[in-house]
Amino acid sequence: MARARPMPGATTEAVKQALRGQRLDVRGFVFEAALLVALLISLAILVTLVADVLRSGIPVFTERGGDFLTSNVSSLPERAGVRQGIYGSLTLMVFVILLAFPLGLGAAMYMEEYAKDTRLTRIINANIRNLAGVPSIVYGLLGVAVFVQLGAVQGITGGRSVISGGLTLAILVLPIVIITSAEALRAVPDSIREAGFGVGATRWEVVRSHVLPYAAPGVFTGTVLTLARAFGETAPLILVGASTGFLATGSAGFVDTLQGPYTALPTLVYDFATRNLRAFKQSTAAAIVVLLGILLLVNAAAIILRNRYERKW
Amino acid sequence: MASVAPEGGGSLSVADLQGSAKRRVKEGLIRRAFFGAAAMSVVINLLIVVSLFDGTVDFLSSVDISALWADGWFPRRGLFDVKTIVAGTLLVSVVAMLVAAPLGLGAAIYLSEYASRRARRRLKPILEILAGIPSVVMGYFALTWISPTIMQSLFGATTFNMGAAGIGVGILITPLVASVAEDAMFAVPSSLREASYGLGAKKRNTTLKVVFPAAVSGLVAALILGLSRAIGETLVVAIAAGATGGSLFSLDVTGPGQTMTAAMTALATGSDQVKGASEAFPSLFFVGSLLFFMTLSLNIVSERFVRRVRRKY
Repeated sequence: MARARPMPGATTEAVKQALRGQRLDVRGFVFEAALLVALLISLAILVTLVADVLRSGIPVFTERGGDFLTSNVSSLPERAGVRQGIYGSLTLMVFVILLAFPLGLGAAMYMEEYAKDTRLTRIINANIRNLAGVPSIVYGLLGVAVFVQLGAVQGITGGRSVISGGLTLAILVLPIVIITSAEALRAVPDSIREAGFGVGATRWEVVRSHVLPYAAPGVFTGTVLTLARAFGETAPLILVGASTGFLATGSAGFVDTLQGPYTALPTLVYDFATRNLRAFKQSTAAAIVVLLGILLLVNAAAIILRNRYERKW
Repeated sequence: MASVAPEGGGSLSVADLQGSAKRRVKEGLIRRAFFGAAAMSVVINLLIVVSLFDGTVDFLSSVDISALWADGWFPRRGLFDVKTIVAGTLLVSVVAMLVAAPLGLGAAIYLSEYASRRARRRLKPILEILAGIPSVVMGYFALTWISPTIMQSLFGATTFNMGAAGIGVGILITPLVASVAEDAMFAVPSSLREASYGLGAKKRNTTLKVVFPAAVSGLVAALILGLSRAIGETLVVAIAAGATGGSLFSLDVTGPGQTMTAAMTALATGSDQVKGASEAFPSLFFVGSLLFFMTLSLNIVSERFVRRVRRKY
């Protein structure tokens, strides 16, 4: 009896083979490998880019130490530094944080929590999505037309100033802030809201005490990633007059500084790269190292803070 | 305790449930403030259209129409040949799509169909980090690495060439293409895959003949969106394609050329050029409107395709 029964292992093997077909699936294997290669090429490019930038940029730091970070713009590559760029970029970010984030979150709350599905709502929605697809350089044109050239506004912004640049960047990231915040709000289950309404809370009370705390990690991560994007944005700033030349370094009043010429870190990278590249290659790479370093810090901070926040809920 | 019960023998009226007048007023104000924030997107859109239109009218009324179809794009000499910059833009975009379509779609198919959950978690960040690279950094990389390593040694190109710019733009839009395409493939219900496996189809055939056709609208949308982003991409072209002063009509990827966006940055940075000719600066707005309507129509088409996927499943 036991003799007539084949080995169970052999049966499994035979069935497997019958199902798999006779030959090895070479084409399938090649296809899968090709797909993986597509992904690995992206990785290779990323590694090459970072290695290339570090190789050219690190010598500047080893030779000059922190001097590169604290020096001003200069026509001599061995004296040029990025102090003004870092300062300008940080000032621009203050505008983005103060303007784009409250406005964007407010708009997202209206679209997700308040708006009914009316014609007007759909029009606003279409506008937001359209804005998200407008090339960044076109926002630069908007900034030139409204903040730089418009007579009445010019009195406040001072023309090609850090105020104009900051306002332009804030408008540029607004649609992205709205879309990411709206996504985070949408992820909060309706039962949370209904619980709030059930005990007699108004809509704002529900949003403030129930929806926002749950959505906060998502909103926060989204906005910080947006900030990182704004930090690296260059094209609109070139149009709204982030100086690619030289800046006076005298001490001026606070308002004068805001209405005065400025530069930003990515603008400096562009400036260095489009000058005499042979002389400025190392400075360009070093400025990129600083730029990528700051972006890395911002993103890491976002992830750490989000993880901590998420544990609470 | 009897005072808790409303007057009139225990029945509640609507007025009792509405709460205090102060609370209702506050609620209304907050609602209106949020609506204002959402309506800002419409205002911004209108401002963009108005400022582009205004500048374009200024430009067209000051310039001789024949200058729009001349021997190249030389704003300093009053030559604004539209076909030069449109052809340059399309050439760079085609090169970019040749890079981004295989890399982006390949990565998307691998991540959604082949990668295990763990592999996905490890591989996805490659694309996310790549998406965070500022375009000015990619411009430097295109000029200092892609141009000598790929374009100059393989194709005998000049230092500044449109091919390197196109490859740089392609790398930049790969993450976008991959993410939209992956969403589209993810939306295909797994019952379709299971039905295919049930009939004995191999993974490759399931992917190519079942999932791919089912997600094809979304994949097309990803490519169109990538194309739209490529057309609007500025810094890579401004740094790596050369032709700051102007360019003749050219369809040669191994040589320098001018795109719409690069022409705009050139107009904005070279202050000597802008202040020289009175119609050169308004030409920024003319090129900007062209860019705006090209990307807008591509975005609308892409959205149509995305909606088709959403409706189907």
